[in-house]
Amino acid sequence: MGNRETIVDPRGPIIFDIRNLWAYYGEKPAVKGVTCKIPEKRVTAVMGPSGCGKTTFIRCLNRLHELSPGARVEGEIFLRGKNILEIDPVVVRRRVGMVFQKPNPFPTMTIYDNVLAGYKLLGIKLRREEADRLVEEALRKAALWDEVKDSLHKRGTYLSGGQQQRLCIARALAVKPEVLLMDEPTSALDPKSTAKIEELVVELKKSVTIVIVTHNIAQAGRVSDYAAFFYLGELVEFGPTSQLFTVPRDKRTEEFLKGKFG
Amino acid sequence: MRSILWRKFKDRSALLVITVLAFLPALPLFHILYGIFRLGLPAFSWSFFTHLPTPPGEPNGGVGNAIVGTLMLSMLASALAIPVGILSGVYLSEYARGRFGEVVRVAADVLQGVPSIVLGIVGYLWLVKPMGHFSALSGAVALSLMMLPVIVRSTEEILRMLPYTLREASLSLGVNYWRTVIKVLIPTGLVGITTGILVALSRIMGETAPLLFTAFGNPFWNFNPLQPVDALPLTVFKYAISPYQDWIRQAWGASAVLTLMVLGLNLISRILARRLSGDGK
Amino acid sequence: MGWGDPDRIFYRLCWGLSLGMVFLVIGIGITLFWGSLPSLKAFGWHFLVGRIWDPVNEKFGALPFLVGTLITSFGALILTLPFALSSGIFLAEYAPPRVADGLSTVIDLLAGIPSVIYGLWALFYLVPLVRWVEMKLGVIPFGLGLPTASLVLAVMILPYAASIIREVLRMVPHELKEAAYGLGATRWEVIRGVSIPYGLSGIVAGLLLSLGRALGETMAVTMVIGNRSEMPRSPWDLANTMASVIANEFTEASKDIHLSALIEIGLLLFLITLGVNILARIIILRLQVR
Ligand SMILES: Nc1ncnc2c1ncn2[C@@H]1O[C@H](COP(=O)(O)OP(=O)(O)OP(=O)(O)O)[C@@H](O)[C@H]1O
Ligand SMILES: [Mg+2]
Repeated sequence: MGNRETIVDPRGPIIFDIRNLWAYYGEKPAVKGVTCKIPEKRVTAVMGPSGCGKTTFIRCLNRLHELSPGARVEGEIFLRGKNILEIDPVVVRRRVGMVFQKPNPFPTMTIYDNVLAGYKLLGIKLRREEADRLVEEALRKAALWDEVKDSLHKRGTYLSGGQQQRLCIARALAVKPEVLLMDEPTSALDPKSTAKIEELVVELKKSVTIVIVTHNIAQAGRVSDYAAFFYLGELVEFGPTSQLFTVPRDKRTEEFLKGKFG
Repeated sequence: MRSILWRKFKDRSALLVITVLAFLPALPLFHILYGIFRLGLPAFSWSFFTHLPTPPGEPNGGVGNAIVGTLMLSMLASALAIPVGILSGVYLSEYARGRFGEVVRVAADVLQGVPSIVLGIVGYLWLVKPMGHFSALSGAVALSLMMLPVIVRSTEEILRMLPYTLREASLSLGVNYWRTVIKVLIPTGLVGITTGILVALSRIMGETAPLLFTAFGNPFWNFNPLQPVDALPLTVFKYAISPYQDWIRQAWGASAVLTLMVLGLNLISRILARRLSGDGK
Repeated sequence: MGWGDPDRIFYRLCWGLSLGMVFLVIGIGITLFWGSLPSLKAFGWHFLVGRIWDPVNEKFGALPFLVGTLITSFGALILTLPFALSSGIFLAEYAPPRVADGLSTVIDLLAGIPSVIYGLWALFYLVPLVRWVEMKLGVIPFGLGLPTASLVLAVMILPYAASIIREVLRMVPHELKEAAYGLGATRWEVIRGVSIPYGLSGIVAGLLLSLGRALGETMAVTMVIGNRSEMPRSPWDLANTMASVIANEFTEASKDIHLSALIEIGLLLFLITLGVNILARIIILRLQVR
């Protein structure tokens, strides 16, 4: 439904090919006919005013949307050429991880167990050395290792908000996903923690594709390579961030970037 | 990597096992209701509701006195428990700050946890022994001890849910606090408070243990609170463990009456509660 | 503001009644203690460990009833556990709202049926069933006794336990479950790995509260336990619980010491249920702090 000329296909390898995606809560559509391609090993920012369907959109990408009561999805989402709507969601979610708006470490588990939750919950047994290695690797990637290496067996809920969010990132990274979805990961954090996570996002794109929802235009400018602009459930514009920010092709994008609504 | 098929299989089996186990408890309920109504309803007749019990084998025995007794006990117990319960509930929601409020709450919780047979002993020691004989009053006291905590806690909860602005509105009109409570808060929360009372009432109506050595039972008509009375649960107990077919038949009949009363109260309180949550929005 | 102020009077009234309730509870404890004094003096600690209960010869030991109560209550708890857990999980996690409503209603109704009616039902339906099983197993086919009492208790505490477990599981934050789903967990893995560990202390507290109910439950047990005041020799034996011996003998106790011994059993029952309930509340309080 979005104007074709405003949706620019990215260059380089594509990981998600989304075609005419509709997502509903009951009878009410929250995402309306979105078509776009997400580039591999890049950071794609999803922007738009509150309630425009950003969260709903990325929750479709790992089939979490279906967990909401009465929720439904139509269209096609190809992940490396296979439609994930036809794959078991349990498998999709291993390949497409998620970091949520509010840090949500498991309060019943230690930091160590939190990182390995993707294995423990599924009943996957790891050898001791392998588990240790996975934990260290994931925590290092999430830039948390140095802060928690001496308290791995304390509960994750004792950490600060920013540390908890990085723990959640480590938890998602530990299962080695191909894509990491992040839903406003810094909106509940202080500026210092936010800066840390932004650095982390830029660092992580070497190994994993990132789709990040953000309210913060400056943040999108700092971290993303591509940007998508949503308005009332429609994808209005999609393209390289630099292009979208300097010469927006749609009037609504321009107004949003100028802070007209928000 | 664990096989996805195996994990899926476990997921499905868990769903199946849990669903089956969750529905199994419905079986005894339906069986009990079935028993009560299949064996109990045929015992219903005019004389069953209006006559006094007869010795086994003699026809036209009834439970009239037990129905009267149950109603009398319920009313006496309510008369004792409702005013005290509501005002203590008001205290907890409106006045209690700090330690003493906690003590009262704990007392209510403790009272709620006391086994009903123990309350029967207490009723016996407090009233039956000093008076020298069993009485409806002593039974009602034991039952009111069971009602009290339920009414206190539900009243407190309901009043707490009322918005503070309601109190301000009334107080700003120059209305006293106590009038605000009696004229504004309690009427506003009336549906909820009534629900709590009905729940408490439906609980005590079927109670037997506290009556065994207080109200005791009485095969004759009695309307005097200071004399022993019969009650439906006492009749059920006495008849159920008797060896006479006739009495056992009447035990089922009395159970049916009791169940209808208790479930009726339950149903009314449910309807009220539903209306309450509808109003709340 | 003196005593004449109506607001003050109203406050005093509410306060006084609340204080009265506190005294009522204390009064119950004191009354029971006072009533058991003759027995306490006569038997002391031997009351707790005495295995003989013989009103004719005035020998009173409550151990058979303590044992009977523990066996039936824990038996009921164990029997009810899988069903209560399943009902709770089903209602909180699996059931669509309408089914959950229906089943919740059934469970609530089950909780509302008077104890004496459970007893009547057990007497006429459970007793033959247990007798049949006992004959198959080759033990003495009483039909009555510990197994029947445990069974009917299990049916009676189930609705209570199930609704507490349902409430506890409903309190598990949605974000935590989503985090687990996001890692690729199946629904069962989320329940096992997230919901149950999160609600564990609440579930334990709920089971304790249910145990408290079973300990004091009187009528249904009295009707099917067989009323034998000797130490049970096997799990199939006839027995008596603390509550059932009081129900059976209280009005027939012609000697003061017999009555006092029964009151002391009441006191013990009061203290035991009090302890169990307090333990459960402590667990719940700690839960709220977190
Ligand atoms: N669980 C739900 N049930 C029904 N409607 C929902 C639900 N969640 C979201 N919606 C609706 O769907 C639309 C899109 O919501 P969504 O959460 O995707 O917006 P968003 O862009 O993420 O907003 P925000 O920036 O505030 O997070 C909104 O109109 C919202 O009201
Ligand atoms: Mg959102």
